[in-house]
Order: sequence, then C-alpha cells, then structure tokens
Amino acid sequence: MNEQHPLTQAVVDGRRKEVGALVTQCLEAGESAGSILENRLVPGMMIVGERFKQNEIFVPEMLIAARAMKEALKVLEPLLLVAGVKPEHTAVIGTVEGDLHDIGKNLVAMMWKGANIEVIDLGVNVPAAKFVESVKQHKPQLVGLSALLTTTMPAMRDTVKAIRDEGLAVKIVIGGAPITREFAREIGADGYSPDAGSAVDTAIELLRATA
Amino acid sequence: MHYKSLAIEDPSELIFGISPKPVLTRSGMVIGGGTVYPELNFTLPPMKIDAGTMPEVRHNYEQIIAGALGRAAELDAPGVVIEFETLPPMTEHPAWGLEIAKILLEGMQQEACRSGLKSVLRMTPNDNREFERPPLMRRGRYWDAMLELFEGSAAAGAELLSIESVGGKELHDEALVNGDLAGSLFSLCILGERDMRFLWTNLQTIADKHGVKCAGDTACGFGNTAMVLAEQKMIPRVFAAVVRAITAVRSLVAYECGAVGPGKDCGYENPILKAITGYPMAMEGKTSACAHLSPMGNLAAACCDTWSNESVQNIKLLGGMAPTCYMEQLIYDCRLMNTARGHGKESARQLQRWFVESDAALDPQAFILSPESSVALARVIVNSDSYYHAGVAVARKAVELLREAYGQGKLHIEPKEVAWFDTMQDDLDELPESESEFIGRQLALADRSRFLPQEYELKG
Repeated sequence: MNEQHPLTQAVVDGRRKEVGALVTQCLEAGESAGSILENRLVPGMMIVGERFKQNEIFVPEMLIAARAMKEALKVLEPLLLVAGVKPEHTAVIGTVEGDLHDIGKNLVAMMWKGANIEVIDLGVNVPAAKFVESVKQHKPQLVGLSALLTTTMPAMRDTVKAIRDEGLAVKIVIGGAPITREFAREIGADGYSPDAGSAVDTAIELLRATA
Repeated sequence: MHYKSLAIEDPSELIFGISPKPVLTRSGMVIGGGTVYPELNFTLPPMKIDAGTMPEVRHNYEQIIAGALGRAAELDAPGVVIEFETLPPMTEHPAWGLEIAKILLEGMQQEACRSGLKSVLRMTPNDNREFERPPLMRRGRYWDAMLELFEGSAAAGAELLSIESVGGKELHDEALVNGDLAGSLFSLCILGERDMRFLWTNLQTIADKHGVKCAGDTACGFGNTAMVLAEQKMIPRVFAAVVRAITAVRSLVAYECGAVGPGKDCGYENPILKAITGYPMAMEGKTSACAHLSPMGNLAAACCDTWSNESVQNIKLLGGMAPTCYMEQLIYDCRLMNTARGHGKESARQLQRWFVESDAALDPQAFILSPESSVALARVIVNSDSYYHAGVAVARKAVELLREAYGQGKLHIEPKEVAWFDTMQDDLDELPESESEFIGRQLALADRSRFLPQEYELKG
C-alpha cells in the first residue's frame, strides 16, 4: 500500500478528532486551502470510495471517513470562501415524483460530495418542474435521478423530457432497482449507474466528456 | 409486554402448515390447520397511475386475477390467498384502490362459482404517511385516505387486513447506513412500537366493525431494507441479521392489538412471532426472487402457513403472464410441503430440516431465523419487561447465537464482518438500562427535520 499524507490517511481511517489539527498543520506549513482540499482530502475519499467499490469496506465505514472529511472542511470552508475556491462541478440530485426511496440517492450524494462535487439534494418525491427550476437556479453540470418503483419510472422519463425540453445543457444520470442501461438510453439520459459505488465513476466520466 | 410465554417451545414444532391458533376464512380455508396455501401478490408493469390510465390499470388487474385463479383451479390448489398490495396513488385516492379490490373479489367469486376454488383477499394499503416529510403519523390526508381504503375494502369483503407500516422508518434508514444499533433500537422499539400500537388499535376497530380479521404487519422497511443493503454489500450481513432479530419486537405489537395472522409475507421475522403468538404466518423465499433476492430461499419455508412470491409485475413470460406463472410455482412449492405433511409428522420434520440445513450455515440472516434460533430469540422477548429491554435483549441474544455458531464452525461469516461482533457488542454494552435515559439520549442525537417526536407521544 502506498504511504499517504497523514491528513489523507486520517480521512481514510475516519479519525475525525485528528483531522482538524492536521489541516491546521498543513496550513501552517504554507499549503493553500484549495491544495489541501484537492490534494489531501479528496484523494482520501477517493481511496475510501475505491475500497467500497472493491467490497473491502461497508457503507458505515465509508461514512466514518465522510464525517472526518466534513470535520476537515469545517476548518477549510471559511478559507476557501475567502480564496474564492469552489468545487469545479455542481450536481442536482433527487428521487422522482411519486417515489419516497432515498437510501441509494443519499449514498450517491455522499459519494459525489466526497469527489468534491457540490451537491444540491432536492430530496424525495420531486416533481419534474422542481428539477427544471433547480437546474436553472444552480446551473449544475450533472443531474442525478433515482427511482425504486416500476410505477415511478414514467416520472423519470417525464423529468428527463422536461429538462431536455427546456434546452438545459446538463448531463443526466439515472439509477435505482428497476432501472437499466437500456431504459436510460430509451428515455434520453446520458448515463446509468447500477449502484452507489459506481456513481462517482459515471459522474466523472460524464463530466470529463462535458469539459 | 402482552405475551409472557411461548406458544411454541419446541423448534421442531415451529413447522410449516401447522399453527396452534389457525385462521378460518369465510370460504372454508383453515390457514395453519395442516395445509400450506399459496399466497399470490402482483403489481403493475411500468406505467403511470392516474385518472387517465385507470382503464388500463383495471384491465391489468382483471387479467391478473382471471389468469392466476384459472391456473390455480387447473392445478387443484386447496385454496389461495390473494394479496392486493396497493400502489401509492391507489391509497392516496381510496376510490381507485377500492375499485381494484372489488375487481379482485369479483374475480375470486367467479372462479369459486366456476371451479369451486377457495380463496381469500388480503388487503394491504400501502402506508403513504411518509409522503409528508416529516411525516404526520396520526392525522392528515394520508392517514385519512389510508383508513378510508381499509374501511371500504373490509366492507367490500377483503377478509384479511395488513400493511407494511412505516412508523420509525424516518430515522431507521440513517441508522442502517451508519451501522448504528442504538438508532435501530430507537426506531423499532420506541418509535415503531408506539406507532404500531396506535395504528393497529385503529385497524382492529375497522376489522371488528366489518367482521374481518387483522392479519399482521411487517418490518419490511426496516429488516428487508437491511437485508437488501446487505445483499448489495453495503452493510454487513451480521448487522442485518441482528436488526432482523430486533424487528420482531416491533412487528409483535400488531398481535398484541388483536391481529391473528396470517402474518404478512415479507416479515422474515415471522418465525419468531409464530413461536410467540401461535398464529399462522405467511412467508416468502426462493419464489420471491422476482421481487428481491434473499439468503434464505429454502429456510423461509420451514414454518410458513402460506407461501408467497412477494410481488411480480404483470408482464409476459414465455410460460404466460408472470402472475399466472408464479401462481403455478407457488402451488408446486406448497404441494411438496403438503405431501410431506401427508406422510406424517416425521416426513414433515425431515423436509423442515432440509429447508433449514440447506441455508442456515451459509448466511447469518438465515441462521438467525432457523427454528432453533427463532425460539431462542422469542424466549428473550417474552421474558423482557419493556419493548426497549426486549429489543436490547434480542439483539444481545442474536449476537451471542451468531458468534457462537461462527466459533463452532457452524456458520460462514466473511472475514471482514467478524470485527462487527465486537462493534455491536460494544454498542449494546454502552446502552443505558433506563428507557427514559435512552429516549433522552436518542432524541438529542436525532435529526429533528426528519421526524416529529409528538407523533410518537414524545416530548420534543
């Protein structure tokens, strides 16, 4: 295993109580807030995400790391704000209208945040019009739609159509138990993620294609 | 706690087809009286449900009931349970749900006249209360509509009332993904217990008014969510197994309020409840893979009284429409169990052992629901003095049983899961003895944007 920076390793290990001091040490050593985020924290969450994808760890262990990252961000955020550093990408995510399932959607949101994507979570039972409104307001590069019921798959189709009809330039990725790659293609979504673990890869792939 | 002793003490008596307190239906089926019956559940193919699509919705259900019951009659089924689990718009607009219930009842009546097939309708309105966030659990339009559908369908002839209730779920999902046993206990044994008592007291009033039966609830949104998350490798299977044991405390409340079974099919905790109450239970396993995967396809049949497919879409398969195909599969599964029973007690026990042995050693979630484990877990529940203490005690017992079986080489546990035994034990050891202290602690931690304490008789 490659030796990681102590802050990166602390995020990977989920040592929440230690990360604040380690961030301060980095700052005192002259590292910028943006660099700490980009080169110390995000790599930590990427390692954790990869371990999860490889079935080496479970979600609770991944969340422990996410909480450590959140703790580090508490120290960094004011500095990032002053420096005008913002996440490069923004995503809007939600469970489509008529559907209340949100575990998968929440995990995807958490993993996207770990990959330094700003995530606007609209929650569950979200009408197509609200997605459109949110895309207009936040101007994300990515929209994530989730559905768990076969009877709410049409709402997913409606949402994609509503976004497309407005001519909004945004990549749409969909997922959920009854969803397939074929369905994604059929309704005009740009991507499909079979599980939360692969949602980061799908997002990065789509965002690279956008750049 | 209402139940102070077990109805079934001997694991070998926790067996398919027989319950100490069988349920007699109007058509003459005796559920738990020596015969395992198929229980069919179905849903629509991908489509919208609104006023405009209701003709197509109706057509789907007419096609489902005619096809499935026709096949059941051809295969000489001894009787069938039809479960109508509504979809959210059908509960939100009770008239739509009621219309479908009447279509199903009419189809059942027609088949009874044509072939003499016995059947009974289990009505399961879905619990829409969580459409409101945070949910209103005891009032509001979702509560009113749900009760209206229960009332209307009971009046129309649906004899068994069930639900997959959601009280406590607003905090439980978070507990699951965090591997948080204290959060799970708070959701299931504090919030869940209070909501179940309120809900099932209301349902019993409706059942009494119309001369029908409260059948039972399920901790589907809790235990099955855990099972599916474990299946997707998101949470440890040992954790899901312990959560399953705790769910029995919540589901038990329906029977304390008057439910008599058959317990709801997706309540995998039902073996524990059958041991406590003696009421018949629906179960699902290998023949419900159309709806979700599980690690106990055979074991789940060990003590079933009705055998279910959970849910299947009305789509065309090579053999015919899917509900018809699944009716056939269920009937053959039941035939085997009923044939074993027909050969006497020893034959039935042999089949029960095979059901158990084929699954129990391979997954902690299966192991924890074997007849032996179920009776052991049931015993600690009835020996407890409160729902909180019952939850803690049954979680402790589950950890103990799993750890012991793993130590003796009787149960396979993935190496990365073994450390979770200590994690869970530590979490349980840190819990306060006092329920009020526990509630205070959890209230301080709970995300108030997700739930309203007053909906559970708790002071914010």
